[in-house]
Amino acid sequence: MDLLEYQGKQLFARHGVPVPSGKPARTVEEAVAAAEEIGYPCAVKAQVQIGGRGKLGGIKIANDKDEAREHAEAILGMDIKGLTVYEVWIEGASQIESEYYASVVFDRSAKAPLVMLSTQGGMDIEAVADETPELIAHLHVDPLLGFQDFHGRRLAFEAGVDADVVRPVGEILTKLYNTFVTEECTLVEVNPLIITPERTVKALDAKVTLDANALFRHPENAELRDLSGEDPQERMAKERGLTYVKLDGNIGILGNGAGLVMSTLDVVKLAGGEPANFLDAGGGSKAEVITSAVEVILSNPNVTAVLFNIFGGITRCDEVARGLIAAFDQIKPTVPFVVRLDGTNDVEGRKLLADANLPNVFAEATMDGAAAKVVELAGASS
Amino acid sequence: MSIFVDKNTRLCTSGITGSEGTFHTLRNRDYGTQVVAGVTPGKGGQNVDGVPVFNSFHEAVEKQGANTAMIFVPPRFAADSILEAEDAGIELIIAITEGIPAFDELRAYQIIKKNGRSRLVGPNCPGILSPGKANVGIIPASFFKPGNVGVVSRSGTLTYQVGNVLAQSGFGNSTIVGIGGDPVPGTDFVDCIAAFEADPETELIVMCGEIGGDNEEKAAAYIGEHVSKPVVGYIAGFSAPPGKTMGHAGAIVSGSQGTAVAKAEALEAVGVKVGRTPTQVAELAMELLA
Repeated sequence: MDLLEYQGKQLFARHGVPVPSGKPARTVEEAVAAAEEIGYPCAVKAQVQIGGRGKLGGIKIANDKDEAREHAEAILGMDIKGLTVYEVWIEGASQIESEYYASVVFDRSAKAPLVMLSTQGGMDIEAVADETPELIAHLHVDPLLGFQDFHGRRLAFEAGVDADVVRPVGEILTKLYNTFVTEECTLVEVNPLIITPERTVKALDAKVTLDANALFRHPENAELRDLSGEDPQERMAKERGLTYVKLDGNIGILGNGAGLVMSTLDVVKLAGGEPANFLDAGGGSKAEVITSAVEVILSNPNVTAVLFNIFGGITRCDEVARGLIAAFDQIKPTVPFVVRLDGTNDVEGRKLLADANLPNVFAEATMDGAAAKVVELAGASS
Repeated sequence: MSIFVDKNTRLCTSGITGSEGTFHTLRNRDYGTQVVAGVTPGKGGQNVDGVPVFNSFHEAVEKQGANTAMIFVPPRFAADSILEAEDAGIELIIAITEGIPAFDELRAYQIIKKNGRSRLVGPNCPGILSPGKANVGIIPASFFKPGNVGVVSRSGTLTYQVGNVLAQSGFGNSTIVGIGGDPVPGTDFVDCIAAFEADPETELIVMCGEIGGDNEEKAAAYIGEHVSKPVVGYIAGFSAPPGKTMGHAGAIVSGSQGTAVAKAEALEAVGVKVGRTPTQVAELAMELLA
């Protein structure tokens, strides 16, 4: 789960990582009130999870109340690379002398947390990593040992930070690592980590990803929301406990098991179609789950045809068929469905569907055949 | 032969008294797996259809000689159960549970690696099937028969799909290993491919990967150096958008890392035939074994 900048900063503040003080706002009035409280100059920052928002007009400095109002009016509701800005974060403007970069990531390859520090902050770190990898200091942390003070000093010296800030930078790395572990993050990134003219160190940005599987231990984090990133279908699916990812095409997809669904998207694409979604109905799905999933898929207005690709292991094909029949009864879909049922109880499932004689439902025997058929139908009905 | 599970497997299920745990344990026993015990703390002394239940893995090892654990407990208890099995000296721990917190998984992985006496397979995996010998997990055994194709996969249903196409083409399997869809799998492609290379019964290796991480790239490097048997690959997720988790916690393209294209290219560079669809995988396997 990705957090917005201000949510990340509030998390940092709880763990003693210095951040500029600020307030979130969802309306122009709230933004102006926040600016008045914080004082001028202050920054009005669009809260969307996208890089480069500053260049697109999503970050502006206000020197007085009128400017704060003007910027809030301009930024709230603006579209940044397809995301609508629902919230701004108002914070005291910072004086910047140097821009560093710091992060802690869950390194799957090394199976350990990786801490990185560079003096080349304020820019795209992937570009720094590609062109001048020697300018990023790395350290894998033994998770059983944890991050020690000497690790922080070592990284600071290796990255070549200014001598007078070696200690405070090291301390911030320790606090970022503590945030990472305590809040169970998979990413904590600060770009830029700034040095002010007074030689203090502050996190001017915050990018935090929380481990969704660990949210049960962090109920306060589970409440955090990103209105800009919420797609209506994805929200609906989440409330129903379905694994759904919205895509750009017009062919609704339902399958069981993440790998098979990914594979189905690929096969549909190879057949010349464009999937509208990824939906994994999961293992052992009952009829109600299938019905509920059909509702989510069809709530996307772009969908012109739907493909069911089921290989039953613990999922029983007769349950899937029952779910689809119930969905037709309740929702009365108008788009065609192509259904491929294989595996556990496939014969029963196919018979149920044949007996129900649903309008516009086409049975196919193979995954490849089903993909070709749905691509044909999706084109015809759009 | 086969790898990891066979006639010598003595299985103990953690979470045996839960509905899923009971169902799959008994199904594994029906298949012919030696199921010797179950563990549910507080229910020691009971039995599940004749399978004795103990309060700890230590008792299951001591009294029943369990050597393989299957973890079926809910995510918040799973890492503890894995570590208890390890502490009890169980050699092979197969974790079916999905949704274990990443830090729990990491801790379990690191401790198992440090102590070096157990193998963890999973978590978030369908288990291991050696057709005709033993089935540990939730793989529907009826689709598979004994044979010479070893399969290792990050996905359950995709394995059934590929396995079914292979079976329809007349192939059987030495062993099918589901390594799971999480970011830190206890056993990775390299471990399984090395075991298949050493297994005299396996003549062809099929590996089914997916987007995310660099496990497939590491496998490609290993195959290039150490593997003499033919390998057929499949990668799911060519059409997955970056930054989105595609169902499996580990299936995510991060920036330019972990794409299907990069994985397929890494495998092809060392001579692995990569099918673009499950059907193509079976066709490639047929060509190689013909």
